[in-house]
Amino acid sequence: MESTAARTQRRSAASGKAGASRGRTAAKKAAKGADTATAEPELVQLLTPEGRRVSSPEYDAYVADITPDELRGLYRDMVLTRRFDAEATALQRQGELGLWASLLGQEAAQIGSGRALRDDDYVFPTYREHGVAWCRGVDPTNLLGMFRGVNHGGWDPNSNNFHLYTIVIGSQALHATGYAMGVAKDGAESAVIAYFGDGASSQGDVAEAFTFSAVYNAPVVFFCQNNQWAISEPTHRQTRVPLYQRAQGYGFPGVRVDGNDVLACLAVTKQALERARRGEGPTLVEAFTYRMGAHTTSDDPTRYRGDEERAAWEAKDPIARLRAYLLAETDTDEGFFEELETESEALGRRVREAVRAMPEPDKFAMFEHTYADGHALVDEERAQFAAYQASFSDGEGV
Amino acid sequence: MAVESVKARESVKNLAIAKAINESLRKALETDPKVVVMGEDVGKLGGVFRVTDGLQKDFGEERVIDTPLAESGIVGTAIGMALRGYRPVVEIQFDGFVFPAYDQIVTQLAKMHARSLGKIKLPVVIRIPYGGGIGAVEHHSESPEALFAHVAGLKIVTPANASDAYWMMQQAIESDDPVIFFEPKRRYWDKGEVDTEAIPGPLHKAQVVRQGTDLTLAAYGPMVKLCQEVADVAAEEGRSLEVLDLRSVSPLDFDAVQASVERTGRLVVVHEAPVFFGSGAEIAARITERCFYHLEAPVLRVGGYHAPYPPARLEEEYLPSLDRVLDAVDRAFAY
Repeated sequence: MESTAARTQRRSAASGKAGASRGRTAAKKAAKGADTATAEPELVQLLTPEGRRVSSPEYDAYVADITPDELRGLYRDMVLTRRFDAEATALQRQGELGLWASLLGQEAAQIGSGRALRDDDYVFPTYREHGVAWCRGVDPTNLLGMFRGVNHGGWDPNSNNFHLYTIVIGSQALHATGYAMGVAKDGAESAVIAYFGDGASSQGDVAEAFTFSAVYNAPVVFFCQNNQWAISEPTHRQTRVPLYQRAQGYGFPGVRVDGNDVLACLAVTKQALERARRGEGPTLVEAFTYRMGAHTTSDDPTRYRGDEERAAWEAKDPIARLRAYLLAETDTDEGFFEELETESEALGRRVREAVRAMPEPDKFAMFEHTYADGHALVDEERAQFAAYQASFSDGEGV
Repeated sequence: MAVESVKARESVKNLAIAKAINESLRKALETDPKVVVMGEDVGKLGGVFRVTDGLQKDFGEERVIDTPLAESGIVGTAIGMALRGYRPVVEIQFDGFVFPAYDQIVTQLAKMHARSLGKIKLPVVIRIPYGGGIGAVEHHSESPEALFAHVAGLKIVTPANASDAYWMMQQAIESDDPVIFFEPKRRYWDKGEVDTEAIPGPLHKAQVVRQGTDLTLAAYGPMVKLCQEVADVAAEEGRSLEVLDLRSVSPLDFDAVQASVERTGRLVVVHEAPVFFGSGAEIAARITERCFYHLEAPVLRVGGYHAPYPPARLEEEYLPSLDRVLDAVDRAFAY
């Protein structure tokens, strides 16, 4: 089977200088770590880092009817997601959150893919998919409960078809595959999307998800955000081939997309979801992007990577390029950006206040929900804990 | 009345344990369209122990699913199917093959209900043929139940006879919690009466399978039959042993053990799994606390040694045997 990406590679290689020079840069970087690595392949791009629209015969159709209002909507999604993310980072620094995993730099990959989804599609995220959660309508403050330590998630996955964050790397790829097998059994025309990163691509569960989804032809899209770093380990510690090429060995298409290009991410994900809904099976999308911040607020990237790399990616910022495009090619005026700034600050304030107002979990909460049908030992230990608490004279426990 | 008794006789079958599980799976597939059976070789072959024999032929490849050889993948996709509303019954081919799936079971399956604050239920049954005594190569004879019993969110049951095999499987499939269903593989061909129209007792209650007054033998799965044989021999020696089939390892029916020990004053726990940190240790600790003034002797345990399961020609030395259990009984009476 010829992969979608292989076709894209030839077409894009002929279409843009900017892309070709990026390809060389990436190849040099890869060569440092893996001496057998071949040149980095081209990626699907519809908006250059400068905000210039470039044509892609294969993918133009997926964004052909997009209106200026919809483009502004994508811009708004990215700006608000970044604002929310910055607020969460600040809240961690202020001691309000125990930890935060920032998505800074990955807004286009998440908003582009997130807005490609239909309501009846189902999302299996990692712990960094704040932008996808935003697209699904999950209240951002709900994402913060687990980082504050009041719960382990707690939103209802079925209200927004957005599963709980999965912390153990790659496990959710199998859940997405099983869910997709169920969708196919139901005869439903929905698709499922599994998010994971370059680090998770090394996990056996991801490999097994590729195998299961391929042999059962499950309607699932594997959306890998290759943000170049798995905490401190660069992508060449995970793979000797471009990640999207792994799909070929499993018998389904793989495609690499500019993960900082929201239009390209939208188009590529739409195509993959439509394939899935048509019963044509899985697709692997590798969104080539960059984790601008630390892995989490506990990480210190200065120990393993230099400023020049970050600066190079800063020039490919997903928000800046869409802003340039909106200003040059649409009727968007400064008023739009000013209003968005106001909305953005209001979101930050709302999130801040919501986090500070989060109630402490009830002492007995840990005994709840361990089992659906109850368990004698849990009952016994809850009673022991209650008796212990009641043994204090003020009745308030310790 | 005559009609009723004929009907009663028709609902009672004499089945081997493997066949009883097969019939139970068949019944579940018939009655609930959301039940699916998954595993390696469960389709045309009917499983390596033929527990799923004929099911794919009658229910199709969409309901009885041969999977790739990847245990984490089997359990991980079963979780996904359960999230979609299915009730997967998955087979892990042998006890020693469950560990590639251990992460999915412990990290995902066991915790999903709690971490979703009860919004997600994962009614997944994991069938695992377990235990030794069949002369197998390594990784085919282990008893890893304690490794799972330590994990909150899982329920662990193991039948010792055909009737329980049938009914406990029905109840495990009906449970909204994940259940690990350990099948005593060396007893697969032991036959017993199964009344498919009976009203079963609770899934997690122990049963006194032989009444006695002097000492309680507590066991589950493959060791229940051994303990009954031990009780027969002990009776010839003038000792009256009570045999308790625990049936469920998590939750464990400590009330039943306590009630028995309060009558007999002595307890020996028997399992194939290694004694160290095994379920016997937990039973000993809790029963010592609950029955301190009733005990005539410390709670003793008979089980596997702290060594990898040995080559087949040594397994009779490793496994609890009639004489090893009788030896423990003697020691309990010596206090």
